[in-house]
Amino acid sequence: MALKKIFGKTLLAIVAASCLAQVNFAHKKTVRVAAAADLQSAMPEIAQAFEKQAGTSVEVLYGSSGNFYAQIQNGVPLDVFFSADSEFPQKLEESGFAEPHSAVIYAIGKIVLWMPANARCHPQQDGWKCLQDAAVTKIAIANPAHAPYGMAAVAALQKAGIFDAIKAKLVLGENILQAAQFVQSGNAQAGIIAYSLALSPALQGGKRWIIPVELYPPIEQTVVVLKSAKEKAVAQEFIKFATQGPGREILAKYGFQPPAQ
Amino acid sequence: MQALWLSVRLAASAAAILLLIGIPIAYWLARTKWRGKFLLESVVALPLVLPPTVLGFFLLVAMGANGPIGKLWVALFGHTLAFTFLGLVVASVLYSLPFAVQPLVAAFESVDTRLLDAAAVLGAGRWRTFREIILPLSVPGVITAAVLSFTHTLGEFGVVLMVGGNIPGITRTVSIDIYDHVQSLEYGAADRLAIALLLISFAVLSTIYAVNRRVWIPWPVKRGE
Repeated sequence: MALKKIFGKTLLAIVAASCLAQVNFAHKKTVRVAAAADLQSAMPEIAQAFEKQAGTSVEVLYGSSGNFYAQIQNGVPLDVFFSADSEFPQKLEESGFAEPHSAVIYAIGKIVLWMPANARCHPQQDGWKCLQDAAVTKIAIANPAHAPYGMAAVAALQKAGIFDAIKAKLVLGENILQAAQFVQSGNAQAGIIAYSLALSPALQGGKRWIIPVELYPPIEQTVVVLKSAKEKAVAQEFIKFATQGPGREILAKYGFQPPAQ
Repeated sequence: MQALWLSVRLAASAAAILLLIGIPIAYWLARTKWRGKFLLESVVALPLVLPPTVLGFFLLVAMGANGPIGKLWVALFGHTLAFTFLGLVVASVLYSLPFAVQPLVAAFESVDTRLLDAAAVLGAGRWRTFREIILPLSVPGVITAAVLSFTHTLGEFGVVLMVGGNIPGITRTVSIDIYDHVQSLEYGAADRLAIALLLISFAVLSTIYAVNRRVWIPWPVKRGE
């Protein structure tokens, strides 16, 4: 009997506590953001600045844009999607998973050829020749099947005419972060990664060469408000903050070229 | 299809190596009186509880050009071990270790010690006792170990994702291929591969359970009793 009473009281306490927690959370609005992996450096600062200014909490998930694209089509409950390209957001608008006309370009992405500091080749001077160096046996890129930075890397390699020569050396990261991690950990000897990642603390010590932008279609990184967004006004406000407000400067600081206004 | 065949080759290689190293480890674990045995048992069981990402992360760091295995490997062969078929075999052996060792230990431990005593009295050495008594009586355990390590490796995903590098025909296993198809919204292709994998796994597992339940006996098993 006594045990039952204790059990009952505990249950009551748990129910009460969870109700209280609900009330507490309902107070503060939350924007749930899916962000392309290359935003891992800049997005925390933008989110923090926005939280301070608007009093809204921001939850960010990072991954490959294609990955999020698939998840959004399958009903993942998110508010805003910062893609690494313009195609996924456009397709989401067309298929009704994003708010019509909400797409805004927030940055023009750049790719770099990155090698560790102790590499014998200097990508800054030798450019593509570094990839044909015998010491380079593995070259990391993001998976071009679903990661925009991977598609850009392949396009640049093809335009430069060396894709077939180095094809056998390619290893594919699940997203651009994993590609960076493959080369940073020394498992691959070179990588084609986002310029913004090359500026991050873990990678800024390496050698890098900014790949000429005419070699690949522009990476117009685009953001959209999703249909599933609960707080559409707040979501819009966050996008405005990131593309026009203080977010624009933060993005520039982390190596994202702002789009022409 | 290429991915499926690669996964089968990987699983078969891992299972073969696991039997080779699993049998001595299991024999030692089953027979030793050492008080510290629980430590080795725990190490063997670790891959059961660790997330594959932890194992994958350790392997990636260890196999990198600055890691202990990576340094040695580069010195010997001129390239790193990650992103190669052999690298995946090494990862799979670690990943499936408990699936080989645990059934083997159980099988070796269940052999009646009176038989071993009798063999010793009759002058059989340890190697002969193992070969002629313990191993024949442990056949179901050996098969279970081989099949479980095969099927477990067949379904491996996290570790391969961490150290594979997704190279067609070399490290793009069927689970990675399915994942890529899903990411690219090619649900039809993902579906076909997933069903093929499901059928293979089911066929292998049901064969082994049938054998162990002696639904049919493909070879004459000498029973001790």
